[in-house]
Amino acid sequence: MGRFILRRLGFMVLTVILASIVIFWATTVLPGDVAGQILGRYATEEAKSQLRHELGLDRPVHVQYADWLGGYVRGDWGESPSMDTVVRPVVFERLRNSFMLAIVAFAMYVPLGIFLGLLAALRKNTWADNLISVGSLAFIGLPEFVSGLILIAIFSIELGWFPSQSAIDPSSTFVEAFPYLILPAITVALTSLAYVVRMTRSSTVDVLQMDYVRTANLKGLPPRKVLFTHVLRNSLLPTITVVAIGIGWLIGGLIITESLFSYPGIGRLLLFAIQHRDLVLIQATALLIVIIYVVANLVADILYAVLNPRIRYT
Amino acid sequence: MQGPAPSGAAPAAPRAVFEIEGLHIDYTTELGVLHAVRDVSLTVHEHESFGLVGESGSGKSTLAMGSIRYLASNGKVTDGSVRLGGVELLGLPARQLRELWGSRIGVVYQSPLSALNPSIVIGKQLAEVARRHLGMDASAAKARVVEMLTKVAMPDPEAVMKRYPHQLSGGMLQRCVIAMALMTNPSLLIMDEPTTALDVTTQAVVLDLVAELKREFDSAILYITHDLGVITKICDRVGVMYAGEFMEQAGLRALFTRPLHPYTLDLLGCVPRFDPTPEKRSLVTIPGAIPRVDELPPGCIFAPRCEFVRDSCTKERPPLVPVAPEHLSACLRWSVVPPPAEYLREATEAVRTAGAEAEEDGVLVEVAGTQVHFKAPKGVIRAVDGVDLDVRVGQTLGVVGESGSGKTTVARAIIGLTPATGGDITLRGKSLPRTTGKRPRSTLREIQMVFQNPDASLNPTRTVGDAIMRPLSLLAGVSREEAKRRAQDLLRSVSLPVSYFDRLPHELSGGEKQRVAIARAFAAEPELILCDEPISSLDVSVQGSLMNLLMQLQVEKRTSYLFISHDLSAVQHLSDSIAVVYLGHVMEIGDAVQVLTPPFHPYTEALLSAVPLPDPDVKQKPIRLGGSVPSAMHVPSGCRFHPRCPRFLGDICVNEEPPWREGAGAHRIYCHIPLDDLARLQAETLVFSDDDDPGAAKAPDGGNDQGEGA
Repeated sequence: MGRFILRRLGFMVLTVILASIVIFWATTVLPGDVAGQILGRYATEEAKSQLRHELGLDRPVHVQYADWLGGYVRGDWGESPSMDTVVRPVVFERLRNSFMLAIVAFAMYVPLGIFLGLLAALRKNTWADNLISVGSLAFIGLPEFVSGLILIAIFSIELGWFPSQSAIDPSSTFVEAFPYLILPAITVALTSLAYVVRMTRSSTVDVLQMDYVRTANLKGLPPRKVLFTHVLRNSLLPTITVVAIGIGWLIGGLIITESLFSYPGIGRLLLFAIQHRDLVLIQATALLIVIIYVVANLVADILYAVLNPRIRYT
Repeated sequence: MQGPAPSGAAPAAPRAVFEIEGLHIDYTTELGVLHAVRDVSLTVHEHESFGLVGESGSGKSTLAMGSIRYLASNGKVTDGSVRLGGVELLGLPARQLRELWGSRIGVVYQSPLSALNPSIVIGKQLAEVARRHLGMDASAAKARVVEMLTKVAMPDPEAVMKRYPHQLSGGMLQRCVIAMALMTNPSLLIMDEPTTALDVTTQAVVLDLVAELKREFDSAILYITHDLGVITKICDRVGVMYAGEFMEQAGLRALFTRPLHPYTLDLLGCVPRFDPTPEKRSLVTIPGAIPRVDELPPGCIFAPRCEFVRDSCTKERPPLVPVAPEHLSACLRWSVVPPPAEYLREATEAVRTAGAEAEEDGVLVEVAGTQVHFKAPKGVIRAVDGVDLDVRVGQTLGVVGESGSGKTTVARAIIGLTPATGGDITLRGKSLPRTTGKRPRSTLREIQMVFQNPDASLNPTRTVGDAIMRPLSLLAGVSREEAKRRAQDLLRSVSLPVSYFDRLPHELSGGEKQRVAIARAFAAEPELILCDEPISSLDVSVQGSLMNLLMQLQVEKRTSYLFISHDLSAVQHLSDSIAVVYLGHVMEIGDAVQVLTPPFHPYTEALLSAVPLPDPDVKQKPIRLGGSVPSAMHVPSGCRFHPRCPRFLGDICVNEEPPWREGAGAHRIYCHIPLDDLARLQAETLVFSDDDDPGAAKAPDGGNDQGEGA
């Protein structure tokens, strides 16, 4: 097990380094002159080259890259020109906010999805199964900005239960932020629910047909015991993987939902950075999101290996 | 190893434990309601084992599972009565039924690996039964599991209990499942093909175990199998099913020596007799196929395929009635059914003589010192480790061995799919490049292969015609029209209608697909066809007809075969010479008759002793191999068979590679024991008795005077 994790960690570091190269290349080497952007269209060529020198942009690319990555690892993420402040605390604050939203959404769709998926599998080909499948599928096709707007229309404008915007102070505590998290969390949960439902349903349907479930039944175990000891343990494996991989997206990928509700999370920060061509902020945020994704995948792999004795130590 | 013959010692009215009466089982499918099992009755008595035999689709598993009310959601028992110890099971509330499942009814399944939960340790899975039905707490249940595992002769039960199923071998797993089923000393034990997924040597060990447990436990056994040989090891009475009905029910000896239904007679004739003589006879074939249950013929359902059919047979369905003491048959004309020996002589013919014309034609393919080693992260896998054998022109070399013996890898090295890493393979004296990529087309044409699983070896999107024409245009280089004409000829020669030309593989049955695969192999007009377990996944009757086909095509086209199988009966039936391989090495090789008569290599002897022969009168000396084939990564020193060898000598076997002992002709044995000693040891404990004249009719009620073996 130790070797398995070490190998995976190695892969993870490699992935992050590759991603950092792509991010760095995309933000600095691609067309678009940083000095020109900072100084404006009417800056003289001299002033621009002066600034380039100050920023170290006239050095060879690999030196710049090493400098940037070294700084990133040491915790020196640079200063954001557009926000006029040190980047790192801002990014981490937004990350914390994204994390809060993710937890609320996660707590909504994962238990519900597993429950509905199991129900559909156990009532295969009945009206309940069809209703669950069709219902959850309907939301998968609905983009967040549509479902989010519908939710806003119903629950904040019509019923007035929840605030329509979630533009809270970025440093709010979880308790303060909670009422503002509910509508965006539902929006996220609706799109993810169907994946969990479908994965749970299909793997449970498969497992229910396995010989060992027949064995468990013909041992005379009560149906509930068959389900909990023999079926779930195997049928939830793929679901757990899907959910764990989804965590990366849940924390780092909610650009649309966060923007729709003006929620100060990391996705919206990235969008802000892109809109303001704030390269330092883009680099810092993007690389952090990559790291979140990679870690989520690692967690999924390890979880799968722990839960499935057959692939242990491979 | 058998129980007393039921015909001889009939005790006064044994108590019926499990009674099925007039059972009907339906499945609701897209095609409508299928009557899978119709009006079936059987009784299993105390201490008795009842064998349920039939080909796939005969409804035997449906009957067994339906009778204890475990059916798929679309299955339903529509009529009849099932009583276990006098209690009616049909109509019993589900909760009470679950009290019986696992306590009064134990079940052993075909594939032990899939029957056990992959993510729960063995001990816990077994303990569940004790906790549920014996009211035991965790520690008492654990003690009970240890006790049961000890009863099924499991080495080191405590350690086994902590293992996951994938960490144990098939034989060990099946013992665990048997221990689980017998945990509560159930009244009824249902065994559904419990040894089909196991190697023949492991099967023998498990069958011995079942026979022994049968005496120790009180359970009545309902034993389901397609294998007529296995039946003779376990069962007292046998019922033969066909398309959802019983054709015949009788005591074991009566059924085998004097069957009174044509279907039983045909089934017995489909299976190769174990008969080490050079004369190669065809097997009995049953024309047509098992009818689908929604397209049953009127009258007797076997009538369209029956040798003895008369008009009266097609009028009304004959009931299963007593025709002799303890003998039921569903045949109107049971009285004209001949004894099997007589029928066999008439219904089969001598096709060829083994080894005939061998000398003048010489060697086609010679495999010399061939090695196939694979590099693995933790060492080298020696899949084939110095194999010498040769295939003669127009002859068949049979290769037998347990799974993991490397027999398939040898074939793949010959055809070049898996490159050999050492040694030399020559075709007509010319050395062959090791990979197909380096071989000229003419060589590719000369060696073809038929694989075990026709579903996987035929492209599902190509028609039958395409499949057969491809080697014609690719390797034989003939024009399209010519290829089509020849493909149609080939279809005829494998006894398929030419209309199959445009069919897709999924429209064909398993046997038909394998015929297409054989036609495709012959399309290129090869010199050698490598047959890798080509019949193993098929029904007995289909196996028989495919063996006939292979033999007949060989005579017509003078093609050589390398016939690989774990089934010694099939190998001896087809082969001129036989190579017995173990762990990547040949243990014994020679003409078929020589290999199958003493002196044997101890491994050959063990294999022969393990073959379940479909003849209750033949006594086999029980020679059992412990453990399983070791990993090819850790080949034992000295003689690689020494850790399992029943005739192990001592240090010499551990430390020194055995010499090749030369016998008569091409017969060679790889063993430290001299041939004379082997012959002496094996002569006094002959593996078979009573097979000097297999053609002679045996008295139907012949006595039990065969020696029990030493």
